[in-house]
Parts: sequence; structure tokens; C-alpha cells
Amino acid sequence: MSEKKRIELEYSQLDSERMRINVGPQHPSTHGVLRLEVEVDGEIVTEVVPHMGYLHRSFEKYCEQLTYLQVIPYIDRMDYIAAINNEWTYVLGMEKLLGIKVPEKVEYMRVIMAELNRIANHQIAVATFGLDAGAFTPFLFFFRDRELIIWILEKLSGARLLYNYLRVGGLAADVYPGFKEDCLNVVKQVRKTNAEIMDLLINNKIFIQRSANVGILPADVAINYGCSGPVLRGSGVKYDLRKDEPYSIYDRFDFDIPVGKGEVGVIGDCWNRNIVRVYEMEESCRIIEQAVAQMPMEGDVKAMVPKKIKPPVGEVYFRAENPKGDLGFYIVSNGTDKPERIKARGTSFVNLSVLPEISQGYMFADLILILGSIDIVLGEVDR
Amino acid sequence: MENTNFLYELLGKNALSITLIVTLPLVFVLIYALIAILAELKVSAWIQERLGPMRTGPWGILQPIAEVVKLLQKEDITPDKANKLLYNLAPFVMFTGAYAAFAVIPFSERFVPADINVGLFYVFAIGSVGSLGIVMGGWASNNKYSLMGAMRSVAQIISYEIPAAMAILSIVVLASSMNLQEINSAQSGWFWNWYLFGGPGTIGKWWVIPFTVILAMIYFISSLAETNRVPFDIPEGESELVAGFHTEYGGIKFAMFFFAEYANMFVVAAILTTIFLGGWNSPFGDLMQGPIWGVFWFIFKGFLVVLVQIWIRWTLPRFRVDQLMYLGWKILLPISFVCFMAISLYVMLK
Amino acid sequence: MIHYFKNIWAGASTAWVGMVITWKHLFVKKVTIQYPDEKFPIPERARNRLYLQMNRCNGCSSCVLACPVNCITLESVKGTPDDPQKDFYENGKERKVWVTRYEIDFAKCCYCGLCTQACPSDAIQHTVEYEYSEYDREKLIYKFQDLTSEQAEEKKQRLADHKMKEALEKEKKAAAVESKNIKPETDAEKSA
Repeated sequence: MSEKKRIELEYSQLDSERMRINVGPQHPSTHGVLRLEVEVDGEIVTEVVPHMGYLHRSFEKYCEQLTYLQVIPYIDRMDYIAAINNEWTYVLGMEKLLGIKVPEKVEYMRVIMAELNRIANHQIAVATFGLDAGAFTPFLFFFRDRELIIWILEKLSGARLLYNYLRVGGLAADVYPGFKEDCLNVVKQVRKTNAEIMDLLINNKIFIQRSANVGILPADVAINYGCSGPVLRGSGVKYDLRKDEPYSIYDRFDFDIPVGKGEVGVIGDCWNRNIVRVYEMEESCRIIEQAVAQMPMEGDVKAMVPKKIKPPVGEVYFRAENPKGDLGFYIVSNGTDKPERIKARGTSFVNLSVLPEISQGYMFADLILILGSIDIVLGEVDR
Repeated sequence: MENTNFLYELLGKNALSITLIVTLPLVFVLIYALIAILAELKVSAWIQERLGPMRTGPWGILQPIAEVVKLLQKEDITPDKANKLLYNLAPFVMFTGAYAAFAVIPFSERFVPADINVGLFYVFAIGSVGSLGIVMGGWASNNKYSLMGAMRSVAQIISYEIPAAMAILSIVVLASSMNLQEINSAQSGWFWNWYLFGGPGTIGKWWVIPFTVILAMIYFISSLAETNRVPFDIPEGESELVAGFHTEYGGIKFAMFFFAEYANMFVVAAILTTIFLGGWNSPFGDLMQGPIWGVFWFIFKGFLVVLVQIWIRWTLPRFRVDQLMYLGWKILLPISFVCFMAISLYVMLK
Repeated sequence: MIHYFKNIWAGASTAWVGMVITWKHLFVKKVTIQYPDEKFPIPERARNRLYLQMNRCNGCSSCVLACPVNCITLESVKGTPDDPQKDFYENGKERKVWVTRYEIDFAKCCYCGLCTQACPSDAIQHTVEYEYSEYDREKLIYKFQDLTSEQAEEKKQRLADHKMKEALEKEKKAAAVESKNIKPETDAEKSA
């Protein structure tokens, strides 16, 4: 807040008027329908007010009249870029409520799919960040690689983007032969493209000038606002739910948590958030390799799926590490087969709240980049 | 200077030959613009591992015609509160500014529309008319995004004209003439006679070669800024300002802006070729040299420069406005001054 | 001062490295395929348009209950023994329930596959069809019943008649039992 006052003092001496610009619901950048009301003084941004709700579909209310099984397609459609992670959080919450323990094969499959989706999500995040900065080519390279991941998931579950594949207690269908080779192929291709993109985009001087020292988010501000995921880790805070509160079988794998170190620019700026995502792609590749090596191919994936899901009266809150941050589900059950209330703590919703704080004092062109580096998806913000 | 124009010898100096002289480069520019549009689409696609337009004609070669037809058949809209006269004139002013520079560019040793002694001076003067067209377009649209885009564009063009002029001035000092045809003739012979490599002279010129190479690069970068191409396309930056100064234009006026941008690209490529890369001279000495070969070499080298401009567009991200100004004023300008001094020193000592 | 020159060198060298990468990509095999001349192979598990095999469907409505968006409409009529029209399921058993109306609205279907997993006889399944766009939204309502509307009306009438007949028979039987019980008493009354 002191930043804002400083701008008022300096610029009040000049006789310039502040303009209110509407960065309207339709963006050329691919973030979805979000309206930003920006107050600009020449080129410097003094205030940003985000208006959301353009994509509100009232999922949470509607899910109160569906059975626990029918809720899963709706959960997919929240963060539609990395849908498996949404389903996994919900299914883990239900399994905790019901007290079910799933077989080994199911755990490994879920981990592999979640990490594949994490790579897919970060590919889009880095690609659209480059697009906002004006580099058109990395966008297409990343989408070409993302196709490989989507083909694997289509062969597994039947759909490209909204899978409806995880069930309470197992999976919907068994793995297909050739799954392990496909995953290793993807890992190889992702590593190759990442090396290229480091040269083409990330270490490019023009890109560094655009994104370093822009949108600096100090660590204490990030923690106070409740940010999570790469937004928090880019500010230097080493906090990841897969290591700090491990769920499923994450404690069996050997991987690091990348943190923004300020190699270029300052810790907490856009460049560091971006590089955290690139490094996380590499860590996901490591996890996939280890999981593919350890996964058993025999076993029934539907063994522990109950015929009718009727949990006892109670409530549960479960949180897991989405690619964008910390997604939480609060499920209240009243003993019937329909939930009493499902509330989703949307990652992007909380991360977006930090935008007005970190964009004051920067130029208008930087505002677009800052929004891109927070990496929101409107399905999760509005639900 | 006698007029080295074959049309004058052929038809005499009358209205017919003057009309022909004026329209021949126009025909060339129009055909070139179509080819450049196709090249941009195809090259950008191949860099991004896709195929580009493939359906319009075999391998998509009729795509530019399809685009032009699409633009021509659109409704001609003028916004209600816009300044009608300026709004309608702006695209044509910009195209005039781009096309008028063709008056002094030599296509071969027997064809230059106007062989004047201050050719380079004329080119720089008339090039500013283009930025006048941009300001007219941005102001007359009555749209705050267009105005912002137009202001940024004009600031950019004016700032980058100075390093470009310094680069050209150094070559003028080397060649002791502003006449483009003379500068061209002086580079005849093998390719080491080009001004890129220090101009015609003995081996004693080796120490001026780094300076001329740097000057060529400075001129190339400034030319990217003159034509609003990436990495300097803030005026058209899609992520921020919708479409900059041509937000409110559609149909044939937008086609005119489009054409003017491509024509501008070729103008700066042609000047770069003429001054640094030997113009219509063959790089192999007397092999393939002649009035008709000259046209081929000129267009070939110009098109290569245009291809490099397209290549850069799809590789680099965009500059921010203040970084763009920093680059122009604080980096390119001092370096061009230093090179100018070095070349003047060389000429004095020669 | 040295920082100034380092910046210039970094800018030029990274731009050059980037350009080399894009130059190399000009000569790589392109990934585009020319649709509709070449189509991409769809895996067999793909969840595209649904198809109902009528000779397996017994009108149990599990799919209707499982669908999260209510896109299936199902109406069925119980068969009567006096119906001359006989139909057999795929596994040879005789059909006891006639499905008079089965419609799926593909504008509402979200392709989640819950109906296919709920169906006990594997009647509704996903196909790999994905090229079925229409100009008119009404055309996206697919009808799978194989009874015409007259036949459906006839079946409903038969069921109504059958029910009425059964009701009448029940009454008659109840009346007959009552009358059997009442008869000796009236004789006794008469003799007395």
C-alpha cells in the first residue's frame, strides 16, 4: 500500500490525469474471460481491479443433487487444462471419508497420470507466457509436445481433455499394453524441447529484459495472501504438498522442489516463477521414469470400487498439489448417496487475488506479463 | 548527370515513357507484396513445424490472392465520430510515403526512375511521410487505443531514423557521393568490393571492415524499427493494444496499410542492398553481369533481406517501449557515431 | 561501463542462438496432416458419439439415472402375453418390456461415459464417430426406438386393456368367492 502512496505523491506534482482502461472480458491472450479495470497514469499502472464471474457455472450448488459418481465429470471441468489432478483430489478426499485403501497398481497409475498432466499444464503456462511477451514460436513447439501426452491419455481414458477416469477406489478402465513405452517417449521429447526452449526463449536477452524485475512478489506477501504452487515457490518459499504433507505414494520417489533462486533478476519476479515451472517439468519427468519402472502391470484396477457410494455422516477436507498450486475439497456428507455440500478451494482464485498488489508501479505492458506469470485458468476462478 | 534510363532512349522523353517509368515499379511492388505475404505465411509455418496454407491452389500459392479478394469485398466502414478526411486519407498517405522512395532506387544500371544527385537524402526525407500517415490514422480513428499505438509508433520511427541515417552517412563518406546509381556502380567487381566489406580498394582497407559490418547491422536493426516489425512491433502489439493504429480499419483501407507495410519492408531492404550489398552487381565479378542480370541480382538480394526480416519476426520476443527507446538512443546511436568517426578517419588517411 | 558492453554482447549472442534454432526447424518433418484427406487414427476406447443396440436394451433406465446432465429420455411399456408381435433379445430370451421412446440429445451429452458403465446389458456404447455436426439443433436429438408411434400406441392400449381385463377378472373372482360363501346361508334362511 505504501507503494501506491509513493506514486500518488510523485505524480501529483505533474499535471496529468489518470485514465481508466478496461482490459475487457475478451483478451487476445488466452487466459479466458476476465475483466481487469486498470487505472493508468501515462504508462504506469496505479490500480487494478479484477472483475470475475463471467464463467460461473454454479457447479458447487448443482453438485448437491448429483450422486458422488456423477460429480466427477463436473470436477473435471474446473481446471480443464490438467483435469486429472482435480479428480484425484476429490477421489482422495472421498477415500479418506470412506476409509478405502486402493491397490498398488492404481496408485502408480494415478501418480503417472498426474505428473503427465503437470507437464501438460506447465507447457501451456510457459507457452502462453512467451506469447504474451511476443514470441510466437515456442507456443507451437509446446503444443506439438502436448499432443503426445494427450494421445496417451486418450488411449487410456477415451477423451482428450476431460477424462472422467478416476473413480472412488480405483480407475474406470485398465491400462493398455504399450503404456510404459509411450510414457518414456514423452519424457524424452519433453526433455529435448525444454533444452531448446531454454536457448530460444528463457535465456533470450529480450525476454529477460521483459520479465526480470517485473511483478516482484515478496515471500511474506505471498504467504499472507495464501498463494501456492509456482507463485509461492518463485518467491523463494520451499513449500510443496507432495513433500511436506505427502499423500498417495509420493514418499517413494526421489525428486527435488525447484525454488526461485534469483539467477536472473530478483527472487519473486516473473522470470523466476517461469523458471520454476520449467524446472518442475524436469522433476515430473524424473517421477514418471521412477514410477514407470516400479509399476506392476498385473492387478485389477476396479477391485476396490464400491457398488454404491454411501459414505457415513461426516465431513472431510483434503488438499493436494495441483500444477497451479494447492487445491482443496471440503466434502460434507449426510449419509445419503448425494453429497450435502462440496466446496472447492480454487487455486487460481486465491492466486489471482495477489494481482493488484504486485502490479502497482509497473508499466501497462508488464501487467499482461504479470497476469500470465500467475497462470490462472478461469474455470477454477469462477467454477 | 545524364539519365541512365533505357526507356528514355527507347521512347524519348515524353508523357508515355514517364508514365511507364512510374508504373513499372508499382507493378513490381504489387507483385512482390503478394509473394512476400505468401513467404511470410509459409516460412513462419515451416519454422513452427506446420505446413501453412495448403488448400488455396497447389501448396497454397494462391493464398495471397485469396486474402486480397477477401479484403476487397468487405464493407467499407467509417466510424461515426471519426475525422472523415484524415481517416480516409491515412492509408494512402502511408502507401505514398513507402512507394515514393522507389523513385531513386536503381533496379539495374539502365533503369532508375530519377537519377538525382541527392538520392539518399531524398529517401530519408520522403520516408517520414509514412509516419505522417500513421499519425493521421491513429488520431482520426477517435479511439484511445489507436492513438496510443500511433504515438508509440511515431516515437519509435523518429528515434530510429537517426542511427539509420548515421549508418548511411558513413557509407556516403566512403563513396563520396549521395547518388544511389554511383554508389552502386562503385561496387562492381567481386563481392569483396561491396561496401559491406569496406568498398572498392586495396587490401589496406581491412581494418575498416568491422566498422562497416557493424554499420550494416545497425542499419538492419533500425530498419526493423522503421517498419514496425518484431521485435519492435509495439504499435501493433496484439497482446496489449488490440491492433494499434489500424484497429478501426477494415476492408480496402486495411489492405492499403498491409501493402504499405510490405512495401516499406522492401524499400529498406532495397536500400540495404544498394548501399551495403552491391545492388545490381553480381557477386562473381563479370560472370552474370549486365543490365538484365542486374535486375535479377537486385531483386534476389532484396528478397533475401526480406526473408531475414521474416526469420527474425518469428524468433524473438517483443521489446517494451522504454527498452526500445533505450536501445535506439543509448546503444545504436553512440556505436554508429564511433563507426562514423572511424570511417571518416580511414577516408582522410586514404 | 563493462556492464554496458556485456549487455550488448548478451543481446546479440542470444538472438543469434535463437535464430539458429529456428533455422534448424525449417528442415524438420512437419507434423501437420491434411484433414479431411488424411484423418488421425482414433483409439478404440475413444468416447465419441453414443450408439444404442435396441436388441440388447431392456428399458431398465440405469443410463437415465447415471447421466449427470439428463440427456437421455426413456419410456417403456410392459409387454402383455396376448401380443402377436414377438421380439427376442440378442441372447435369445424373449422381450418382456417394450421400449417406446429412447432419445439421446447430443447437444447436452457431455461424453463422460457414465451411462455405458451403468448399462447392465452393454446396450449403449461409445463409437468413434466425431463428424456429425448439424445446422439445426433439433437434428442432434437421436432416436433409437424401433417401434413406430402407432405400434407404441397399440402397445400402450394393449397394456391398458390387459390391466382392465385383469382388474375385471379379479373382481369377478372376488365376487365368485363371496357368492360361494354367502349361498349356504341364504338356503338356511329359506328353509327356516
